[in-house]
Amino acid sequence: MTKNIMIVGVGGQGTLLTSRILGGIINASGYQVKLSEVHGMAQRGGSVVTFVRYGEEVAEPIVEEGQADVLIAFERLEALRYAHFLKKDGVIVVNDQRIDPITVVTGAAEYPEGILEKLKKDHKIYSVNAQQKAEELGNSKVFNIIVLGLAAKHMDFAKEEWLKVIEETVPSKTIEINQKAFLAGYELA
Amino acid sequence: MSGETATECRMETGKDGINVSETKIMLGNAAIARGAFEAGVKLSAAYPGTPSTEISENLVQYKESLYCEWSPNEKVAAEVAIGASISGVRAMCCMKHVGVNVASDPLYTVSYTGVGGGLVLVAADDPGLYSSQNEQDTRCVARAAQVPVLEPSDSQEAKDFMKLAFELSEKYDTPMILRSTTRLSHSQSPVTLEEPVVIEAKTYERNPAKFVMMPGMAKGRHIFVEKRMNQMAEDASAMPINRAEYRDKSIGFVTSGIAYQYVREACPEASILKLGLVHPLPRKLIEEFASRVDRLIIFEELEPVMEEQIKSWGITCEGKDLFTRQGEYSANMLRKAVLHQEVRIDEAAEVPARPPILCPGCPHRSVFSVLKKLGIHAAGDIGCYTLGAVAPLNVIDTTICMGASISTLHGMEKARGRDYIRNWVAVIGDSTFMHTGVNSLMNMSYNQSCGTVIIMDNSTTGMTGHQDHAATGKTLQGDIVPAIDIVKLCKAMNIEHVVTVNAFDISELEKTLKEELNRDALSVIITQAPCALLKGLVFPDVCVTIPEKCKKCGACLKPGCPALTKNQDGTVSIDATMCNGCGLCLQLCHFDALELRKK
Repeated sequence: MTKNIMIVGVGGQGTLLTSRILGGIINASGYQVKLSEVHGMAQRGGSVVTFVRYGEEVAEPIVEEGQADVLIAFERLEALRYAHFLKKDGVIVVNDQRIDPITVVTGAAEYPEGILEKLKKDHKIYSVNAQQKAEELGNSKVFNIIVLGLAAKHMDFAKEEWLKVIEETVPSKTIEINQKAFLAGYELA
Repeated sequence: MSGETATECRMETGKDGINVSETKIMLGNAAIARGAFEAGVKLSAAYPGTPSTEISENLVQYKESLYCEWSPNEKVAAEVAIGASISGVRAMCCMKHVGVNVASDPLYTVSYTGVGGGLVLVAADDPGLYSSQNEQDTRCVARAAQVPVLEPSDSQEAKDFMKLAFELSEKYDTPMILRSTTRLSHSQSPVTLEEPVVIEAKTYERNPAKFVMMPGMAKGRHIFVEKRMNQMAEDASAMPINRAEYRDKSIGFVTSGIAYQYVREACPEASILKLGLVHPLPRKLIEEFASRVDRLIIFEELEPVMEEQIKSWGITCEGKDLFTRQGEYSANMLRKAVLHQEVRIDEAAEVPARPPILCPGCPHRSVFSVLKKLGIHAAGDIGCYTLGAVAPLNVIDTTICMGASISTLHGMEKARGRDYIRNWVAVIGDSTFMHTGVNSLMNMSYNQSCGTVIIMDNSTTGMTGHQDHAATGKTLQGDIVPAIDIVKLCKAMNIEHVVTVNAFDISELEKTLKEELNRDALSVIITQAPCALLKGLVFPDVCVTIPEKCKKCGACLKPGCPALTKNQDGTVSIDATMCNGCGLCLQLCHFDALELRKK
């Protein structure tokens, strides 16, 4: 059975690092894994999506509409944008943060109200204000790892394995803070 | 920079315990670089372009055993690789699909000369236009140039095919194209690493009949090219990379590249003829496959390159009658069009679009805000600054290809006269200027154009992720070199009026623009300020609002800086984690309601 995970957010929020940690833990566990990322222009503050698939055998590297098991969203509006990619019993893990897209800043569109409530109607949702948690930990950049920690509860890997892969993936100076951030999210679940 | 992942695992393969090979999760582009390294490549030249850029960025790690460079453009890169090949070593060049157009001049003729050491051009197509100006299919160019094409379908094949490409290049005396697509280049999957092969450089022998393409010699080589392609087409039916997978025979797919994965995903029971060599096609193998399946479907992204050839052989098949020429393919596409399955998909929520935008502290925003204020139209070019075409800036009117801003402005002036472009400028980035803008500017000078060109110098190739070029003073291999001076370069073209302005000094820029646009002469304004994302930059300040002074006029919001948000009461907040303290908003405020503070 293939497991389909999506990581969505705003260009610059660190979706690539998160997917690399995820890819690392899956590879270490012996499953076949494929990831698909967005580079280039879309990264400049646009909506970005990374697909991660794993199982006994994986063919395509993308997750298609209606097939995601877990949707990890680093921003509320992006959770809503990609919610239709979820399976019926799919789970959303969302960072409860608002980043206005340029269309909202210029007044061409309005940022939707009550996103989480809307999503709750059809999906299981786990949310965290990761920005605030990260600041409490003393490094606002690690909010994405907090979200990953929360999402880790919906995947089949042990806590120690996660910590090991984080150690192997992030720059050596930031291992400790990233592990702390992961645990902060993991223990919320 | 997007490189290989740091995670890896070791896998025992040999019973003797000596052969231990390593498996890594690798980006398609990293695997292509690894394949080149394992093939014993001695030289690689490239110009950055999504989705090909990471190939060169990954090659640098092997610089002890190969030389790699950023060339000013793809034509130069291809020629550099050709020179290395003639000198007897394996060589390659890398580019995005539209870069192949720039390199097509040498490509069409090196097809005639053939190679010395193996020669591979890596072309990365962009179905779905993630970061490109068109959706062209490199296979069409390859057919026209009579150059064989390999197409891998995952990272492991990307590495393996790269090695094979060099072998085929030498065996058939031909340049090879390795074709990737965005989805392959930017996907990661496991790759087993091997040791690089050691290849002796060939001894040079003068051979004008092969390498001097003047009419008398080229006629002979054209005959060789026909023979070569026919021979390869014949041999292709026995190549293991062209593989018939027989399962249920009611449907048989002919497919290649990433499209193969979609067929495997949606129709795991179907028979597949998976092609690794997509030009020339293995006719015998295709005819045999077609005769053994009830229904033949050609599943290829973009152009019906295989389908049209297969149909021309009198074989009945389906293809573009079921699937589009546009965008990326998917498994769901097959489920709907072939399997007629009901694909249950919730309706997508209606949400505001989030298009890419210029970053906080981007110098382009500052320049565009001045152009907008003065009501100036801009002939644009390829780079992050193409985003100046959309709201809220709306100043760029045209974008065609690399370097075209300057030449199109010149065309307007020559067709309609100086006054027609009195409120026009050309805008081009420093890297794009070095790519092909130089030629266009030379033409304006030579043909005595009057007009204003803005070179937006942010000291890097920004959109592709910060690659160096001839005017930055650093090479791909990290060597510090004298930077080409853009001012002196313009002066050398007999352009008298060359002005440099700090990109963030909007009053100075406005003054300069008015002066230069009034002048009946050719002028160049170089706006200078580094890309806000450049490594090593320190931003000591941050902009803050003083709410009591704010008149809620919204002037600071006009250029669309993402660090600024309008509050419910009409005042403005600035996100301190995003703000780089460029000070543009301060300059736009008439009420001193914004100020800079130390971080």
